[in-house]
Amino acid sequence: MGMKEKLHQLKLKYQGKKMAPAFNAIHTFLYAPNETTHSGSHVRAVDDLKRTMNTVIMALVPCLLFGIFNAGYQHYSAVNGFPADFSIMEHFITWDNFWLGAITVLPLVVVSYGVGLLIEFIFAVIKGHEVEEGYLVTGMLVPLIVPVDTPLWMLAVAVAFGVVIGKEVFGGTGMNILNPALTIRAFLFFAYPTWMSGDKVWVHEGVQRAGTADAISGETILGYLAQGNSEAMYAKYDLSEMFFGFIPGSVGETSTFLILLGGLFLVFTKIASWRIMVSAVAGSLVMGLIFNGIVDAGWIPEYSKFYGLMQFDFWKHLIVGGLAFGIVYMATDPVTGSQTNKGKWIYGFLIGFISVMIRVFNPGYPEGVFLAILLMNVFAPTIDHYVVQGNVRRRMKRLKNATILPKPSDGKTAELKAETV
Amino acid sequence: MSKDIRIKKGLNINLVGAAEQTTSKAVLSNVYALNLNDFHGITPKMLVKEGAEVKAGEPIFYNKNLEDMRFVSPVSGELVEIIRGARRRILTVKILADKEQSYQTAKTFDIEAASADAVRTALLTSGCWPFIKQRPYDIVANPDVTPKAIFISAYGTAPLAADMDYVLQAKEQELQAAITALGKLTPGKIHVSVGKDSKSPLASATGITLHKVSGPHPAGLVGTQINKIDPINKGEMVWTISPQDLVIIGEFLLTGKFNAQRTIALVGSSVKTPKYYTTKIGAEISTFLYASGVKEEKFRLINGDVLTGSRTTPDGHLGYYNATVTAIPEGDDYEFFGWNKPVFNKISSTRALTFSWLNKNKKYDLDTNTNGEHRAFVVTGRYEEVFPLDIYPLQLLKACMVKDLDEMEQLGLYEVAPEDFALTEFICISKQPHQQIIREGLDLMYQEIG
Repeated sequence: MGMKEKLHQLKLKYQGKKMAPAFNAIHTFLYAPNETTHSGSHVRAVDDLKRTMNTVIMALVPCLLFGIFNAGYQHYSAVNGFPADFSIMEHFITWDNFWLGAITVLPLVVVSYGVGLLIEFIFAVIKGHEVEEGYLVTGMLVPLIVPVDTPLWMLAVAVAFGVVIGKEVFGGTGMNILNPALTIRAFLFFAYPTWMSGDKVWVHEGVQRAGTADAISGETILGYLAQGNSEAMYAKYDLSEMFFGFIPGSVGETSTFLILLGGLFLVFTKIASWRIMVSAVAGSLVMGLIFNGIVDAGWIPEYSKFYGLMQFDFWKHLIVGGLAFGIVYMATDPVTGSQTNKGKWIYGFLIGFISVMIRVFNPGYPEGVFLAILLMNVFAPTIDHYVVQGNVRRRMKRLKNATILPKPSDGKTAELKAETV
Repeated sequence: MSKDIRIKKGLNINLVGAAEQTTSKAVLSNVYALNLNDFHGITPKMLVKEGAEVKAGEPIFYNKNLEDMRFVSPVSGELVEIIRGARRRILTVKILADKEQSYQTAKTFDIEAASADAVRTALLTSGCWPFIKQRPYDIVANPDVTPKAIFISAYGTAPLAADMDYVLQAKEQELQAAITALGKLTPGKIHVSVGKDSKSPLASATGITLHKVSGPHPAGLVGTQINKIDPINKGEMVWTISPQDLVIIGEFLLTGKFNAQRTIALVGSSVKTPKYYTTKIGAEISTFLYASGVKEEKFRLINGDVLTGSRTTPDGHLGYYNATVTAIPEGDDYEFFGWNKPVFNKISSTRALTFSWLNKNKKYDLDTNTNGEHRAFVVTGRYEEVFPLDIYPLQLLKACMVKDLDEMEQLGLYEVAPEDFALTEFICISKQPHQQIIREGLDLMYQEIG
């Protein structure tokens, strides 16, 4: 008896029992189920939710791998100084970098998936529904959007909060209002702000070594700009480093290049909405241009605390910080985003626009994309409502010309015929 | 005069097992049956008892809510069995056919000169009326409402659908008679749609507005055409009839006989030699299924096409409205890592390691596996790509699920039938039962608003 038959027997054994969802989750992970159509269409397309989520994860894997190497690279560079003539093979893709990255980043992944999936399984068993796949993506996103040294217990608490309050109380996958990964990020940010901002948290051991003789720091580019140190920033990082991602930041968000590739893959596979991505990029460029215009017009003095970020060239906003990552992987979440095609244009545009706005005006923490997306999550149903109302109004307008004819039993149809034809 | 309709949104599901254009006469069936599920929303009341002798075209039951509406026997013979379900609801009526068929003949009349009332009465009493369906609600038409237009689609885009141009050959006279008669019942137009390059005998009929349709499925669905030609508003009514049923109506008007004969396409990848058969409504499917032969033991037999048909068995009977019978393999098997490995032999609406986008004309051998489990609605924007109607499909489905009558009305439930949601159901990543949701929504609305 092969594994297929054994599992089938087990499935029959578990049928109707409390633990059935837990067993089925593992079973369907190995084998696509033997379910056949019961109502309606007798054949179905091959795509299911598992495949959809798996595609997103595939698009995230390059970011994760890059994040692992970058964690090591940033640490060793902060300790030993940045290499003078940087080459990828010699200084970036090394066993040292990988090893350090692996022991700092992989625990984040394990805790994120472990805690999140455990809660998903518990809720599925209690409520008697199947384990839905939404957390497969959330669990991968979370480690990529937190600082590398985030304490694991903190992450566990935040994941528990995010999954229960952000998702399960609304009814689980497909029912949530806020993006669960960003809910987790927001919880971390507001509950443990010192661990989420400043110039110490972005590099491994930055916090531990603070105040000692070996202190290291890794200020993000946005951090430099917020303090008005753009010369110091440009002295340290050039544009290609920003674009390819050899800069400090949350684990997986730094490489705009890989995010771009992931985004193209998601658009090509038709899994994520290109409308949201394109309009979010447009929105951030427009806001950036407005700020550049304000600086050019001389409306803002150089000593203003907003000057540093406002004078930052509009298009460079896209290659620093978490904006690109947010646009490609989080704004496109179909559940919490706008659901109509027209709405997606508006929704995306506002995400880009507000992200850059928050980025510039937020004095404490110069990153706004997660707040912008959460804000637009809340407004997405409103946007959809007005888009759908357009369709409803068109139908109402048509109604004025409706031809409602008298019943044959009234005996007036014969005359009608003569009039209308 | 003809107008062109070009549909861009949609998806052609190309399957193996299209019918070869040859027609055989099916063996005579011993027992014929009317399946009452075919007449959605009708409460039948029997006119004859078990054991009674009936002629072909003799009424055997009527609609309890509309006594004039008669349903007739497709053959002459003995009414052998009335199968009832819960609360004695009639499910199936079976008739053992005579060797020599005898017909109940009605008086023929001059169609050109006949009044609307005469035509209506003739159709109601002869059993031809149930062929006329109405929208809203997608049920047998209410004879006491004047439709603003009548829609006939002679363009089959459904997977493996019978070629209407082929089966309607040499039926010009019957079609014209039926169209002339039906024209009396509406002050509006009779819209007939044919394929762009078709040589349909319907195209030459007089008294119609001809539309040439092109594009992928659901271009051939009458619901798509209504939405593009003259969408239904609240309070309006349109009728829809399939062309093969027009032939039966036409023949009745010309000869006074109800001849239940029709040409059906036996198709699907489980059929050895898929082709056309002439048989009668209610005939046992095994009478022609085994003439063509089946390939495997475990197959799904469908009364209709794979998207909208109903499940049946070889000893089941041909449905009242069907032009197609399909047999495809059952898919009750597991597939190792079926959710993440690259897929070449199944149709997909995405490109997530699925490769059906590479070759649009490739033919597939699909089985009945759902390819995944039922989930809540997650992804958005996919349905719109295959749904050409000016309606928000996801929002309408959700309105039906939460039974919000106002919203169902505002979002256009009056304009749709379950079949319009067959394609969105096919591509649905969450494997939601769209057609069932829409059917229940329509039923609720009919109940509450009428």
